[in-house]
Amino acid sequence: MPDSLEKHISIARLELANITKQYPGCLANDKVSLTLLPGEIHALLGENGAGKSTLVKTIYGVVAPDKGDILWNGKEVSIKSPSIARDLGIGMVFQHFSLFETLTVSQNIELCLSKLQLKNIGDLAQRISKLSADYGLDVDPHRYVHSLSIGERQRVEIMRCLVQSVKLLILDEPTSVLTPQEVSGLFGVLRTLSEQGCSILFISHKLHEVTEICHKATILRGGKVVDTCVPSEETPATIAKMMVGDLAEQDAGYSKQEGGHIVFNIHDLSLTTKQPFGTALKNINLSLKAGEILGIAGVAGNGQDELMAIISGEEERHVKASLELNGTPIGHLNAGERRKLGMAYVPEERLGRGAVPDMSLTENTLLTHSEGFVKNGLVQWNVLKDYANTLIDKYKVKCHGEFSEAKSLSGGNLQKFIMGREIGQNPKLLICAHPTWGVDVGAALAIHQALLELRNQGAAILLVSEDIDELFLLADRMAAVCDGYLSPLVKTEQTNIDQIGQWMAGTFINNTAPINSDTVEQGTKA
Amino acid sequence: MDADLIVQILFAAIKTGTPLLFIALGEVICEKSGILNLGQEGMMLMGAVVGFLAAYGTGNAGLGVIAAMAMGAIMSLIFAVLVLQLGANQVATGLALTIFGTGLSAFVGSGVVGQTIQGFQPVMIPLLSDIPLIGRILFSHDILVYLSFVMAFILFFVINKTRMGLTLKAVGENPHAANAIGIKVLRVRYLAIMFGGAMAGISGAYMSLVYTPMWVENMTAGRGWIALALVVFASWRVGRIVIGAYLFGVASIMHLVLQGMGWSISPNLLAMLPYVATVIVMVIISADHFKEKLLAPRSLGKTFDPREMA
Repeated sequence: MPDSLEKHISIARLELANITKQYPGCLANDKVSLTLLPGEIHALLGENGAGKSTLVKTIYGVVAPDKGDILWNGKEVSIKSPSIARDLGIGMVFQHFSLFETLTVSQNIELCLSKLQLKNIGDLAQRISKLSADYGLDVDPHRYVHSLSIGERQRVEIMRCLVQSVKLLILDEPTSVLTPQEVSGLFGVLRTLSEQGCSILFISHKLHEVTEICHKATILRGGKVVDTCVPSEETPATIAKMMVGDLAEQDAGYSKQEGGHIVFNIHDLSLTTKQPFGTALKNINLSLKAGEILGIAGVAGNGQDELMAIISGEEERHVKASLELNGTPIGHLNAGERRKLGMAYVPEERLGRGAVPDMSLTENTLLTHSEGFVKNGLVQWNVLKDYANTLIDKYKVKCHGEFSEAKSLSGGNLQKFIMGREIGQNPKLLICAHPTWGVDVGAALAIHQALLELRNQGAAILLVSEDIDELFLLADRMAAVCDGYLSPLVKTEQTNIDQIGQWMAGTFINNTAPINSDTVEQGTKA
Repeated sequence: MDADLIVQILFAAIKTGTPLLFIALGEVICEKSGILNLGQEGMMLMGAVVGFLAAYGTGNAGLGVIAAMAMGAIMSLIFAVLVLQLGANQVATGLALTIFGTGLSAFVGSGVVGQTIQGFQPVMIPLLSDIPLIGRILFSHDILVYLSFVMAFILFFVINKTRMGLTLKAVGENPHAANAIGIKVLRVRYLAIMFGGAMAGISGAYMSLVYTPMWVENMTAGRGWIALALVVFASWRVGRIVIGAYLFGVASIMHLVLQGMGWSISPNLLAMLPYVATVIVMVIISADHFKEKLLAPRSLGKTFDPREMA
């Protein structure tokens, strides 16, 4: 139960009045009003496309509103650019990270600070290390950002705001890539900041988090404020209903299933990493049965990327003997050849690996799905377009049409499309990384049901996710990765969140094996 | 080869490398900000002709250099407005700038073709120029050569040690992210492009005031293009640009030296040397994808529209 706010009551830190923003073909914000008190943790809720991102970008000065007023500490302000926002004391952690990959963590943070702030801080690297330790946000200031996983990058983003003394912190889905332990750590940070008088605007799709930490919530639908509530007095189900409207359908518990014959097998897989700061895989054994979902938990950067690359065939080094699909060794096959054998893959990175940003959804369909759409070397555009439209309808992908460029879709909508495309191939084996990251409740439900349906048809599904709740919901068996080691596989009914949490921290690795082994040295130094 | 010849070769290599150094230093700043300006050759030619005209008219070579810088900057400003303000394609605009500069310089300079002027005289740096060998190679040049040394040093420092350098790299890598943290992306890019233009101008002035103190149509002979290759060759690093420019200088004069030594290879083949060297080094560099990824500005050549939020 969040603390009472009464001790902070004074003028509002931020007041939005009738903010309106019209995009071509879409009214993103329609007379949105919102009040944020000092020290208040305020949730901004809504489905994908409800206008949350546009609203926070308006506050942060990235988007200029067409109409409406913004009051900061009671005074009317015009936030024309992010630098003005930052001068006022507004910090933001983006959903699509805004980090510079060729710079180090500490250089990335330095760029956000004014000269005066830098002078006050003194040794920045030391300050970062101290903040890392204080808040449990593990980040090495000297590493290059391109070598960091998504989870680690998000920690850098949060760190970047913590280093500045912000008065309003905007967080766009901050918890989606953290372990449960890290999430509670982050909530500790947020509560401390709140007690210090810092206001927090919090976008999340995890409603139980919202009920746990937020003082107030504003719910957007179709660009309009449809409701406000005090989350601690609601349940996730009632909030979800406000978000999606009357048709709300909840993720219920799903039945677990015992798998059939073994579809996919990994035997004694060890592989050094080519990436600097990558994670070497150590002696991984895994077998995946038909009609089951195997969930792999783990904090980003513990070997998931490497494992996915090897299974999907993106890793070019051949590991012939240790991979088998339906009894056929596939280690020597490339990604395309593996797909022909019935494998499908949803990568973590949607734009760039899951889809070509500058190409239309129709063209992106063809990317992994050419059977039936190409005749005598010619693309059957009409058939292909119809199929793309079927996917758009079935998975309720919000876009202008099948001609929309992949990059024009929001992350969640693109993910729905990619999931649909891969599931539509009726794969024997589906490998899937973070299927619902950044996806709203309604869409996540659709994706979950599609995955279960695929499972029930007898496909084997390997699900890598950092969302433990999701894994418990979907997976029939579970394991965790830590530092390139894979934990034992257990049936989901026979484990619990504490055990998996501990495995994610590496307790299953026997004591003779170094927990933080020398994976760093194995890569080429940058 | 005796020591004297080597000293002469190296001395000449520095002289030959200097215009390349100037223009490549300008281009590297421009590219670090994410802008690919293929108009180098055009800006350099305009710098050369305007520098020559100013020096010819006033009798003051220093004024010539300043005029050349201004001219280069103006040329690049045209490019900047088209590319940054109007979102024009960088490659097409750069090519157009080169064609424009080539034509305009020929037109402007038609009256002074073949005229000569008093260019810069060598300035012996006291003490330093007395050092055996090195003194003659490095410290017996004209003032512009020393200026290029200083510029290389300053840019190295700015790029690697200062916040300004960090900002420049950030803008070139991810302009959307830079915009989001409050960096004024367009301003940084304007400044970077105009710096590149001014450096191209000096480079042109070096050709028409020092290297061969006269104006001839198309006298830069493709150096603007070589500089573009040099930047890639140096993988966007100032230190390597310096080395590359002088290596290029050595390669350029080797064909004269080898001919002088009586080698019976076609001078045309020998004149290819610098270009062949560039290709080979570029192949070697691009073999290491990881390093290339780290060094090349990520958003090089892409149009940035601040309204289109990533």
